[in-house]
Amino acid sequence: MLKVLKSGLFTAVQDIGRYGYLNKGVPVAGYMDGFSAKKVNQLLDNDMHAAVLEITMTGPTLFFEQETYISMGGALLSATLNNEPVNNYEVIKVKKGDILSYGKLEKGFRNYLAVKGGFKAPLVLGSRSFFSSVTKKNHLADGSELEYDACSFFEPKISKIIVDSFLDEKELKVTKGPEFESLSDKQLEMLFGKKFSISNENNRMAYKLEEKIEGLKTSMITSATLPGTVQLTPSGKLIILMKDGQTTGGYPRILQLSDRAISVLAQKKYGDEVQFKLN
Amino acid sequence: MNSYPISIRPFGIHAILLEWPGRVDVAILEDILQFTQYLKECCLKEEEWEIVPAYNSVTLIYREEPIDFDQLKVKLLNWYKEDIKVVKREKILWRLPVCYDEDFGIDLKEISQKSGKTVDEIVSLHTSNVYTVFGIGFLPGFTYLGGVPEVLQFDRREEPRSKVLSGSVGLAGKQTGIYPQDSPGGWNIIGNCSVPMFDPKAKEPCFISVGDQVQFYKITRAEYNLHKIESEVGIYKLEKIILDA
Repeated sequence: MLKVLKSGLFTAVQDIGRYGYLNKGVPVAGYMDGFSAKKVNQLLDNDMHAAVLEITMTGPTLFFEQETYISMGGALLSATLNNEPVNNYEVIKVKKGDILSYGKLEKGFRNYLAVKGGFKAPLVLGSRSFFSSVTKKNHLADGSELEYDACSFFEPKISKIIVDSFLDEKELKVTKGPEFESLSDKQLEMLFGKKFSISNENNRMAYKLEEKIEGLKTSMITSATLPGTVQLTPSGKLIILMKDGQTTGGYPRILQLSDRAISVLAQKKYGDEVQFKLN
Repeated sequence: MNSYPISIRPFGIHAILLEWPGRVDVAILEDILQFTQYLKECCLKEEEWEIVPAYNSVTLIYREEPIDFDQLKVKLLNWYKEDIKVVKREKILWRLPVCYDEDFGIDLKEISQKSGKTVDEIVSLHTSNVYTVFGIGFLPGFTYLGGVPEVLQFDRREEPRSKVLSGSVGLAGKQTGIYPQDSPGGWNIIGNCSVPMFDPKAKEPCFISVGDQVQFYKITRAEYNLHKIESEVGIYKLEKIILDA
Protein backbone atom coordinates (compact mmCIF):
# COMPACT_ATOMS: atom_id res chain seq x y z
CA MET A 1 0.00 0.00 0.00
CA LEU A 2 0.87 3.60 -0.56
CA LYS A 3 -0.25 5.76 2.36
CA VAL A 4 -1.24 9.30 1.60
CA LEU A 5 -0.02 11.18 4.67
CA LYS A 6 -0.93 14.53 3.14
CA SER A 7 -2.82 14.75 -0.10
CA GLY A 8 -1.65 18.11 -1.47
CA LEU A 9 -3.93 20.30 -3.55
CA PHE A 10 -5.35 17.73 -5.95
CA THR A 11 -3.78 14.30 -6.26
CA ALA A 12 -5.63 11.75 -8.37
CA VAL A 13 -5.12 8.41 -10.10
CA GLN A 14 -5.15 8.69 -13.89
CA ASP A 15 -4.41 6.33 -16.76
CA ILE A 16 -4.65 6.51 -20.54
CA GLY A 17 -8.41 7.18 -20.28
CA ARG A 18 -11.86 5.66 -20.33
CA TYR A 19 -12.96 4.68 -23.80
CA GLY A 20 -16.20 3.21 -25.07
CA TYR A 21 -18.69 5.49 -23.32
CA LEU A 22 -18.32 8.84 -25.09
CA ASN A 23 -21.73 8.22 -26.69
CA LYS A 24 -23.20 7.95 -23.16
CA GLY A 25 -21.74 11.28 -22.09
CA VAL A 26 -18.76 9.86 -20.17
CA PRO A 27 -15.62 11.96 -20.73
CA VAL A 28 -12.43 10.16 -21.63
CA ALA A 29 -10.65 11.50 -18.48
CA GLY A 30 -7.08 10.20 -18.06
CA TYR A 31 -3.84 12.10 -17.54
CA MET A 32 -3.99 15.73 -18.67
CA ASP A 33 -0.37 15.78 -19.84
CA GLY A 34 -0.13 12.48 -21.70
CA PHE A 35 3.32 13.30 -23.02
CA SER A 36 4.92 13.34 -19.54
CA ALA A 37 2.77 10.57 -18.07
CA LYS A 38 3.60 8.15 -20.88
CA LYS A 39 7.33 8.85 -20.44
CA VAL A 40 7.33 7.94 -16.73
CA ASN A 41 5.50 4.70 -17.47
CA GLN A 42 7.96 3.87 -20.24
CA LEU A 43 10.91 4.33 -17.88
CA LEU A 44 9.50 1.62 -15.62
CA ASP A 45 8.63 -0.59 -18.60
CA ASN A 46 4.98 -0.39 -17.56
CA ASP A 47 2.01 -1.41 -19.65
CA MET A 48 0.43 1.46 -21.62
CA HIS A 49 -2.66 1.15 -19.42
CA ALA A 50 -0.73 1.52 -16.14
CA ALA A 51 -2.19 4.14 -13.82
CA VAL A 52 -0.07 6.98 -12.43
CA LEU A 53 -0.65 9.71 -9.87
CA GLU A 54 -1.43 13.13 -11.25
CA ILE A 55 -0.15 15.67 -8.75
CA THR A 56 -1.35 19.24 -9.20
CA MET A 57 0.59 22.29 -7.96
CA THR A 58 1.02 21.35 -4.30
CA GLY A 59 2.26 17.82 -3.93
CA PRO A 60 1.39 15.13 -1.41
CA THR A 61 3.46 13.35 1.23
CA LEU A 62 3.50 9.64 0.47
CA PHE A 63 4.59 6.67 2.57
CA PHE A 64 5.63 3.48 0.78
CA GLU A 65 4.74 0.31 2.68
CA GLN A 66 6.42 -1.99 0.14
CA GLU A 67 9.63 -1.74 -1.84
CA THR A 68 9.31 -0.81 -5.48
CA TYR A 69 10.67 1.43 -8.23
CA ILE A 70 9.23 4.80 -9.14
CA SER A 71 9.75 7.56 -11.66
CA MET A 72 8.30 11.01 -11.97
CA GLY A 73 7.95 13.63 -14.66
CA GLY A 74 6.12 16.71 -15.82
CA ALA A 75 6.10 19.72 -13.50
CA LEU A 76 9.08 20.43 -11.24
CA LEU A 77 7.81 20.30 -7.67
CA SER A 78 11.00 20.02 -5.60
CA ALA A 79 10.41 16.37 -4.78
CA THR A 80 12.44 14.63 -2.09
CA LEU A 81 12.77 11.00 -1.05
CA ASN A 82 13.58 10.82 2.68
CA ASN A 83 14.58 14.49 2.43
CA GLU A 84 17.05 13.85 -0.43
CA PRO A 85 16.23 15.66 -3.69
CA VAL A 86 15.09 13.40 -6.56
CA ASN A 87 14.95 14.24 -10.25
CA ASN A 88 12.33 13.89 -12.94
CA TYR A 89 12.68 11.08 -15.49
CA GLU A 90 14.93 8.81 -13.46
CA VAL A 91 14.23 5.32 -12.20
CA ILE A 92 14.40 5.47 -8.39
CA LYS A 93 14.46 2.49 -6.04
CA VAL A 94 12.14 2.91 -3.07
CA LYS A 95 12.47 0.88 0.14
CA LYS A 96 9.80 -0.10 2.59
CA GLY A 97 9.13 2.90 4.86
CA ASP A 98 10.46 5.55 2.47
CA ILE A 99 8.71 8.90 2.38
CA LEU A 100 8.29 10.91 -0.81
CA SER A 101 7.31 14.51 -0.39
CA TYR A 102 6.95 17.51 -2.60
CA GLY A 103 7.94 21.10 -2.03
CA LYS A 104 7.84 24.35 -3.91
CA LEU A 105 6.38 24.47 -7.40
CA GLU A 106 9.28 25.50 -9.64
CA LYS A 107 7.88 25.04 -13.11
CA GLY A 108 4.78 23.61 -14.76
CA PHE A 109 1.60 22.61 -12.94
CA ARG A 110 1.16 18.83 -12.95
CA ASN A 111 3.66 16.19 -11.91
CA TYR A 112 3.26 12.48 -12.71
CA LEU A 113 4.38 9.73 -10.38
CA ALA A 114 4.57 6.20 -11.73
CA VAL A 115 5.21 3.05 -9.75
CA LYS A 116 6.47 -0.24 -11.20
CA GLY A 117 3.37 -2.12 -12.40
CA GLY A 118 1.06 0.88 -11.93
CA PHE A 119 -1.28 1.91 -9.13
CA LYS A 120 -4.18 -0.47 -8.58
CA ALA A 121 -7.14 1.84 -8.10
CA PRO A 122 -10.41 0.06 -8.97
CA LEU A 123 -11.07 -0.49 -12.66
CA VAL A 124 -14.41 1.17 -13.48
CA LEU A 125 -15.77 1.02 -17.03
CA GLY A 126 -12.39 -0.07 -18.30
CA SER A 127 -10.25 2.61 -16.64
CA ARG A 128 -8.75 3.47 -13.27
CA SER A 129 -8.96 7.21 -13.94
CA PHE A 130 -10.72 9.15 -11.22
CA PHE A 131 -13.81 10.99 -12.40
CA SER A 132 -16.40 12.04 -9.88
CA SER A 133 -19.63 10.62 -11.33
CA VAL A 134 -18.01 7.34 -12.37
CA THR A 135 -15.50 6.48 -9.62
CA LYS A 136 -16.05 6.74 -5.87
CA LYS A 137 -13.23 9.24 -5.44
CA ASN A 138 -12.20 12.19 -7.52
CA HIS A 139 -8.98 12.76 -5.58
CA LEU A 140 -6.98 11.10 -2.81
CA ALA A 141 -7.77 12.47 0.62
CA ASP A 142 -5.42 12.72 3.61
CA GLY A 143 -4.95 9.30 5.17
CA SER A 144 -6.20 7.32 2.16
CA GLU A 145 -4.41 4.27 0.81
CA LEU A 146 -3.63 3.11 -2.66
CA GLU A 147 -2.63 -0.38 -3.69
CA TYR A 148 0.45 -1.31 -5.74
CA ASP A 149 2.45 -4.50 -6.19
CA ALA A 150 5.77 -4.82 -4.38
CA CYS A 151 8.80 -5.15 -6.65
CA SER A 152 12.18 -6.12 -5.23
CA PHE A 153 14.19 -6.20 -8.43
CA PHE A 154 13.84 -4.50 -11.75
CA GLU A 155 16.53 -3.78 -14.29
CA PRO A 156 15.48 -0.76 -16.31
CA LYS A 157 16.38 -0.65 -19.97
CA ILE A 158 17.29 3.00 -19.45
CA SER A 159 17.71 4.45 -15.99
CA LYS A 160 17.16 8.06 -16.97
CA ILE A 161 16.08 10.04 -19.96
CA ILE A 162 16.59 13.62 -20.92
CA VAL A 163 13.25 14.98 -21.93
CA ASP A 164 12.91 17.92 -24.23
CA SER A 165 10.90 19.92 -21.72
CA PHE A 166 8.01 22.01 -22.95
CA LEU A 167 7.25 23.58 -19.58
CA ASP A 168 8.37 27.01 -20.87
CA GLU A 169 6.55 26.73 -24.19
CA LYS A 170 3.77 29.20 -24.84
CA GLU A 171 2.78 28.05 -28.28
CA LEU A 172 -0.27 25.82 -28.68
CA LYS A 173 -0.36 24.11 -32.07
CA VAL A 174 -3.90 23.89 -33.38
CA THR A 175 -5.81 22.76 -36.43
CA LYS A 176 -9.04 24.29 -37.70
CA GLY A 177 -12.09 23.28 -35.71
CA PRO A 178 -15.39 22.36 -37.40
CA GLU A 179 -16.75 25.93 -37.15
CA PHE A 180 -13.47 27.68 -38.02
CA GLU A 181 -14.90 29.05 -41.27
CA SER A 182 -17.46 31.12 -39.31
CA LEU A 183 -14.67 33.37 -38.00
CA SER A 184 -14.28 36.86 -39.46
CA ASP A 185 -10.93 38.36 -40.45
CA LYS A 186 -11.09 40.50 -37.34
CA GLN A 187 -11.67 37.48 -35.12
CA LEU A 188 -8.81 35.60 -36.82
CA GLU A 189 -6.50 38.52 -36.23
CA MET A 190 -7.43 38.67 -32.55
CA LEU A 191 -7.12 34.90 -32.19
CA PHE A 192 -3.67 34.51 -33.71
CA GLY A 193 -2.25 38.00 -33.23
CA LYS A 194 -1.99 38.09 -29.49
CA LYS A 195 -1.23 36.09 -26.39
CA PHE A 196 -3.90 34.88 -23.99
CA SER A 197 -3.58 34.30 -20.29
CA ILE A 198 -5.03 31.43 -18.30
CA SER A 199 -7.96 32.54 -16.11
CA ASN A 200 -8.52 31.29 -12.57
CA GLU A 201 -11.22 28.99 -13.99
CA ASN A 202 -8.92 26.20 -15.07
CA ASN A 203 -9.30 22.57 -14.11
CA ARG A 204 -9.49 19.07 -15.55
CA MET A 205 -12.74 19.92 -17.34
CA ALA A 206 -11.72 23.09 -19.11
CA TYR A 207 -9.32 26.01 -19.27
CA LYS A 208 -11.02 29.37 -19.71
CA LEU A 209 -8.88 32.17 -21.11
CA GLU A 210 -8.87 35.65 -19.60
CA GLU A 211 -8.90 37.86 -22.72
CA LYS A 212 -11.95 37.91 -24.93
CA ILE A 213 -12.20 38.26 -28.67
CA GLU A 214 -15.27 39.30 -30.64
CA GLY A 215 -18.02 36.76 -29.92
CA LEU A 216 -19.67 34.41 -32.38
CA LYS A 217 -23.43 34.84 -32.41
CA THR A 218 -24.20 32.03 -34.87
CA SER A 219 -26.29 29.44 -33.10
CA MET A 220 -25.26 25.87 -33.50
CA ILE A 221 -26.96 22.53 -32.99
CA THR A 222 -25.37 20.51 -30.16
CA SER A 223 -22.63 18.24 -31.46
CA ALA A 224 -19.63 16.26 -30.16
CA THR A 225 -16.67 17.93 -28.47
CA LEU A 226 -13.22 16.49 -27.74
CA PRO A 227 -10.39 17.16 -25.30
CA GLY A 228 -8.55 20.09 -26.86
CA THR A 229 -11.62 21.62 -28.52
CA VAL A 230 -11.54 25.44 -28.35
CA GLN A 231 -15.06 26.86 -28.04
CA LEU A 232 -15.99 30.50 -28.65
CA THR A 233 -19.00 31.78 -26.71
CA PRO A 234 -21.39 34.52 -27.91
CA SER A 235 -19.74 36.93 -25.43
CA GLY A 236 -16.30 36.23 -26.89
CA LYS A 237 -14.89 33.99 -24.19
CA LEU A 238 -12.57 31.18 -25.23
CA ILE A 239 -13.01 27.83 -23.48
CA ILE A 240 -10.57 25.00 -24.09
CA LEU A 241 -12.08 21.64 -23.14
CA MET A 242 -9.74 19.23 -21.40
CA LYS A 243 -9.79 15.53 -20.44
CA ASP A 244 -12.83 15.67 -18.10
CA GLY A 245 -14.67 18.02 -20.46
CA GLN A 246 -18.23 17.37 -21.53
CA THR A 247 -18.67 15.16 -24.59
CA THR A 248 -21.12 17.41 -26.45
CA GLY A 249 -21.52 21.15 -26.64
CA GLY A 250 -23.43 23.92 -28.32
CA TYR A 251 -20.72 26.57 -28.76
CA PRO A 252 -18.85 26.87 -32.06
CA ARG A 253 -15.70 24.71 -32.07
CA ILE A 254 -13.25 27.06 -33.71
CA LEU A 255 -9.93 25.31 -33.07
CA GLN A 256 -8.63 21.91 -32.08
CA LEU A 257 -5.42 21.53 -30.04
CA SER A 258 -2.88 18.92 -31.10
CA ASP A 259 -2.18 16.13 -28.58
CA ARG A 260 1.09 17.80 -27.70
CA ALA A 261 -0.62 21.18 -27.23
CA ILE A 262 -3.04 19.57 -24.74
CA SER A 263 0.04 18.45 -22.75
CA VAL A 264 1.59 21.93 -23.02
CA LEU A 265 -1.63 23.54 -21.77
CA ALA A 266 -2.02 21.00 -18.94
CA GLN A 267 1.21 22.40 -17.47
CA LYS A 268 -0.15 25.97 -17.40
CA LYS A 269 -1.61 27.65 -14.36
CA TYR A 270 -3.53 30.84 -13.55
CA GLY A 271 -1.82 33.83 -15.15
CA ASP A 272 0.44 31.88 -17.56
CA GLU A 273 0.41 32.91 -21.20
CA VAL A 274 -0.31 30.90 -24.33
CA GLN A 275 -0.51 31.67 -28.02
CA PHE A 276 -2.30 29.76 -30.77
CA LYS A 277 -0.37 28.66 -33.83
CA LEU A 278 -2.30 27.24 -36.76
CA ASN A 279 -0.75 24.14 -38.29
CA MET B 1 -32.32 6.29 -51.11
CA ASN B 2 -29.70 7.99 -48.97
CA SER B 3 -30.59 11.35 -50.28
CA TYR B 4 -29.28 13.79 -47.69
CA PRO B 5 -26.31 15.88 -48.68
CA ILE B 6 -23.70 15.25 -45.99
CA SER B 7 -20.65 17.30 -45.21
CA ILE B 8 -17.49 15.61 -43.95
CA ARG B 9 -14.83 17.62 -42.15
CA PRO B 10 -11.73 16.87 -40.08
CA PHE B 11 -12.02 17.44 -36.34
CA GLY B 12 -8.44 17.34 -35.09
CA ILE B 13 -6.21 14.51 -36.29
CA HIS B 14 -8.06 11.69 -34.53
CA ALA B 15 -11.65 12.52 -35.45
CA ILE B 16 -13.91 13.14 -38.40
CA LEU B 17 -17.23 14.97 -38.30
CA LEU B 18 -20.16 14.06 -40.53
CA GLU B 19 -22.94 16.61 -40.72
CA TRP B 20 -26.42 16.28 -42.15
CA PRO B 21 -28.54 19.38 -42.98
CA GLY B 22 -28.68 21.75 -40.01
CA ARG B 23 -32.07 21.13 -38.48
CA VAL B 24 -33.54 19.14 -35.61
CA ASP B 25 -35.48 16.44 -37.43
CA VAL B 26 -36.27 12.85 -36.43
CA ALA B 27 -35.91 11.70 -40.05
CA ILE B 28 -32.35 13.07 -40.18
CA LEU B 29 -31.45 11.47 -36.85
CA GLU B 30 -32.87 8.15 -38.09
CA ASP B 31 -30.75 8.36 -41.26
CA ILE B 32 -27.62 9.11 -39.19
CA LEU B 33 -28.25 6.18 -36.86
CA GLN B 34 -29.04 3.83 -39.73
CA PHE B 35 -25.74 4.83 -41.33
CA THR B 36 -23.73 4.47 -38.11
CA GLN B 37 -25.29 1.04 -37.57
CA TYR B 38 -24.17 0.12 -41.08
CA LEU B 39 -20.68 1.48 -40.38
CA LYS B 40 -20.42 -0.56 -37.16
CA GLU B 41 -21.59 -3.80 -38.74
CA CYS B 42 -20.09 -3.60 -42.20
CA CYS B 43 -17.29 -1.04 -42.43
CA LEU B 44 -15.42 -0.08 -39.27
CA LYS B 45 -13.93 -2.14 -36.46
CA GLU B 46 -16.25 -1.01 -33.70
CA GLU B 47 -13.73 -1.56 -30.90
CA GLU B 48 -11.31 0.90 -32.48
CA TRP B 49 -13.77 3.78 -32.79
CA GLU B 50 -15.84 6.02 -30.60
CA ILE B 51 -19.03 6.92 -32.44
CA VAL B 52 -20.85 9.96 -31.06
CA PRO B 53 -24.13 10.85 -32.76
CA ALA B 54 -26.01 14.01 -31.74
CA TYR B 55 -28.90 15.78 -33.53
CA ASN B 56 -27.71 16.30 -37.12
CA SER B 57 -24.15 15.01 -36.81
CA VAL B 58 -22.02 12.04 -35.95
CA THR B 59 -18.38 12.24 -34.88
CA LEU B 60 -16.09 9.27 -35.43
CA ILE B 61 -13.05 9.21 -33.17
CA TYR B 62 -10.14 6.86 -33.74
CA ARG B 63 -8.58 6.13 -30.38
CA GLU B 64 -4.83 6.41 -30.81
CA GLU B 65 -3.39 6.88 -34.27
CA PRO B 66 -4.03 9.89 -36.48
CA ILE B 67 -6.50 9.18 -39.26
CA ASP B 68 -5.95 9.66 -42.98
CA PHE B 69 -8.72 12.19 -43.51
CA ASP B 70 -8.85 12.31 -47.32
CA GLN B 71 -8.90 8.56 -47.69
CA LEU B 72 -11.53 8.07 -44.99
CA LYS B 73 -13.74 10.81 -46.41
CA VAL B 74 -13.87 9.08 -49.80
CA LYS B 75 -14.64 5.75 -48.14
CA LEU B 76 -17.40 7.24 -46.00
CA LEU B 77 -19.06 8.92 -48.98
CA ASN B 78 -18.99 5.64 -50.87
CA TRP B 79 -20.38 3.70 -47.90
CA TYR B 80 -23.18 6.23 -47.60
CA LYS B 81 -24.16 5.45 -51.22
CA GLU B 82 -24.55 1.77 -50.40
CA ASP B 83 -27.77 0.18 -49.21
CA ILE B 84 -27.45 1.05 -45.53
CA LYS B 85 -30.89 -0.39 -44.79
CA VAL B 86 -29.60 -3.97 -45.04
CA VAL B 87 -28.69 -3.82 -41.36
CA LYS B 88 -31.53 -3.79 -38.88
CA ARG B 89 -31.70 -1.16 -36.20
CA GLU B 90 -33.78 -1.88 -33.13
CA LYS B 91 -36.13 0.91 -32.14
CA ILE B 92 -36.84 1.16 -28.45
CA LEU B 93 -39.38 3.08 -26.40
CA TRP B 94 -38.65 3.50 -22.69
CA ARG B 95 -41.52 4.27 -20.34
CA LEU B 96 -40.06 6.21 -17.42
CA PRO B 97 -41.86 6.88 -14.13
CA VAL B 98 -41.87 10.45 -12.82
CA CYS B 99 -43.20 11.82 -9.55
CA TYR B 100 -44.54 15.31 -10.23
CA ASP B 101 -45.13 16.20 -6.55
CA GLU B 102 -44.38 19.82 -5.90
CA ASP B 103 -41.46 19.16 -3.58
CA PHE B 104 -39.76 17.58 -6.64
CA GLY B 105 -41.34 19.78 -9.31
CA ILE B 106 -40.04 22.98 -7.77
CA ASP B 107 -40.73 25.09 -10.86
CA LEU B 108 -44.19 23.69 -11.65
CA LYS B 109 -46.00 26.60 -9.99
CA GLU B 110 -43.97 29.20 -11.83
CA ILE B 111 -44.42 27.66 -15.27
CA SER B 112 -48.09 27.12 -14.51
CA GLN B 113 -48.39 30.87 -13.98
CA LYS B 114 -46.32 31.65 -17.09
CA SER B 115 -48.31 29.35 -19.35
CA GLY B 116 -51.76 29.82 -17.88
CA LYS B 117 -52.10 26.04 -17.63
CA THR B 118 -52.82 24.23 -14.39
CA VAL B 119 -50.17 21.96 -12.89
CA ASP B 120 -52.31 18.95 -13.82
CA GLU B 121 -52.54 20.13 -17.42
CA ILE B 122 -48.75 20.55 -17.57
CA VAL B 123 -48.20 17.05 -16.19
CA SER B 124 -50.72 15.61 -18.59
CA LEU B 125 -49.06 17.37 -21.55
CA HIS B 126 -45.61 16.23 -20.44
CA THR B 127 -46.72 12.60 -20.13
CA SER B 128 -48.81 12.44 -23.31
CA ASN B 129 -45.92 13.17 -25.67
CA VAL B 130 -43.32 10.76 -26.95
CA TYR B 131 -39.81 12.22 -27.00
CA THR B 132 -36.75 11.28 -29.00
CA VAL B 133 -33.21 11.15 -27.58
CA PHE B 134 -31.29 13.53 -29.85
CA GLY B 135 -28.08 13.50 -27.86
CA ILE B 136 -26.37 12.36 -24.66
CA GLY B 137 -23.84 14.72 -23.11
CA PHE B 138 -23.25 17.45 -20.53
CA LEU B 139 -23.08 14.74 -17.82
CA PRO B 140 -22.78 10.95 -18.07
CA GLY B 141 -26.28 9.74 -18.98
CA PHE B 142 -27.81 13.21 -19.52
CA THR B 143 -30.27 12.88 -22.40
CA TYR B 144 -31.42 15.71 -24.62
CA LEU B 145 -35.01 14.79 -25.45
CA GLY B 146 -36.70 16.54 -28.36
CA GLY B 147 -40.38 16.74 -29.26
CA VAL B 148 -41.58 19.10 -26.52
CA PRO B 149 -44.93 20.72 -27.46
CA GLU B 150 -44.89 24.50 -27.83
CA VAL B 151 -46.92 25.16 -24.67
CA LEU B 152 -44.21 23.44 -22.63
CA GLN B 153 -41.36 25.42 -24.15
CA PHE B 154 -39.88 27.78 -21.57
CA ASP B 155 -36.57 29.61 -21.47
CA ARG B 156 -33.89 28.34 -19.12
CA ARG B 157 -33.92 29.97 -15.71
CA GLU B 158 -32.08 33.27 -15.67
CA GLU B 159 -29.95 32.20 -12.73
CA PRO B 160 -28.91 28.56 -12.90
CA ARG B 161 -29.22 26.68 -9.60
CA SER B 162 -25.97 25.61 -8.02
CA LYS B 163 -27.52 22.24 -7.18
CA VAL B 164 -30.26 20.39 -9.03
CA LEU B 165 -31.21 17.08 -7.42
CA SER B 166 -30.30 13.81 -9.14
CA GLY B 167 -33.29 12.46 -11.09
CA SER B 168 -34.79 15.91 -11.65
CA VAL B 169 -36.85 16.16 -14.83
CA GLY B 170 -36.43 19.52 -16.52
CA LEU B 171 -37.75 21.61 -19.39
CA ALA B 172 -35.60 24.05 -21.38
CA GLY B 173 -36.63 25.48 -24.73
CA LYS B 174 -37.53 22.66 -27.09
CA GLN B 175 -35.96 20.07 -24.83
CA THR B 176 -36.75 17.98 -21.80
CA GLY B 177 -34.37 15.77 -19.90
CA ILE B 178 -33.36 14.09 -16.66
CA TYR B 179 -30.41 15.11 -14.47
CA PRO B 180 -28.52 11.82 -13.88
CA GLN B 181 -26.73 13.18 -10.80
CA ASP B 182 -26.73 16.20 -8.49
CA SER B 183 -25.38 19.03 -10.60
CA PRO B 184 -25.60 22.74 -11.24
CA GLY B 185 -28.32 23.45 -13.80
CA GLY B 186 -30.64 26.01 -15.32
CA TRP B 187 -33.58 23.92 -16.54
CA ASN B 188 -37.10 24.33 -15.17
CA ILE B 189 -37.65 21.39 -12.84
CA ILE B 190 -41.09 19.73 -12.97
CA GLY B 191 -40.59 16.32 -11.33
CA ASN B 192 -38.21 13.52 -10.45
CA CYS B 193 -37.64 10.22 -12.24
CA SER B 194 -37.16 7.22 -9.96
CA VAL B 195 -34.98 5.28 -12.42
CA PRO B 196 -31.22 5.94 -12.25
CA MET B 197 -30.10 7.20 -15.68
CA PHE B 198 -26.46 6.41 -15.09
CA ASP B 199 -25.05 3.68 -12.88
CA PRO B 200 -21.33 2.90 -13.27
CA LYS B 201 -21.80 -0.36 -11.34
CA ALA B 202 -24.35 -1.72 -13.82
CA LYS B 203 -23.34 -3.96 -16.69
CA GLU B 204 -24.79 -1.38 -19.06
CA PRO B 205 -24.17 1.87 -17.16
CA CYS B 206 -26.54 3.89 -19.32
CA PHE B 207 -29.45 1.87 -20.71
CA ILE B 208 -30.63 4.60 -23.04
CA SER B 209 -29.08 5.46 -26.43
CA VAL B 210 -29.35 8.28 -28.94
CA GLY B 211 -32.36 7.59 -31.18
CA ASP B 212 -34.41 5.82 -28.50
CA GLN B 213 -37.84 7.15 -27.61
CA VAL B 214 -39.07 8.08 -24.16
CA GLN B 215 -42.52 8.48 -22.67
CA PHE B 216 -43.00 9.58 -19.08
CA TYR B 217 -45.81 8.41 -16.82
CA LYS B 218 -46.96 9.85 -13.54
CA ILE B 219 -46.38 7.99 -10.28
CA THR B 220 -47.24 8.80 -6.66
CA ARG B 221 -44.67 9.56 -4.01
CA ALA B 222 -45.25 6.11 -2.49
CA GLU B 223 -44.59 4.41 -5.84
CA TYR B 224 -41.50 6.60 -6.28
CA ASN B 225 -40.14 5.49 -2.91
CA LEU B 226 -40.81 1.84 -3.75
CA HIS B 227 -39.04 2.13 -7.13
CA LYS B 228 -36.05 3.70 -5.40
CA ILE B 229 -35.74 0.76 -3.01
CA GLU B 230 -36.24 -1.72 -5.87
CA SER B 231 -33.53 0.04 -7.90
CA GLU B 232 -31.09 -0.03 -5.01
CA VAL B 233 -31.46 -3.76 -4.48
CA GLY B 234 -31.44 -4.37 -8.22
CA ILE B 235 -34.95 -5.78 -8.72
CA TYR B 236 -36.54 -2.81 -10.48
CA LYS B 237 -37.70 -3.73 -13.99
CA LEU B 238 -37.50 -1.02 -16.60
CA GLU B 239 -40.37 -0.75 -19.05
CA LYS B 240 -38.81 -1.33 -22.43
CA ILE B 241 -40.94 -1.61 -25.55
CA ILE B 242 -39.37 -2.74 -28.80
CA LEU B 243 -41.03 -0.91 -31.66
CA ASP B 244 -41.42 -2.36 -35.14
CA ALA B 245 -39.29 -0.61 -37.69
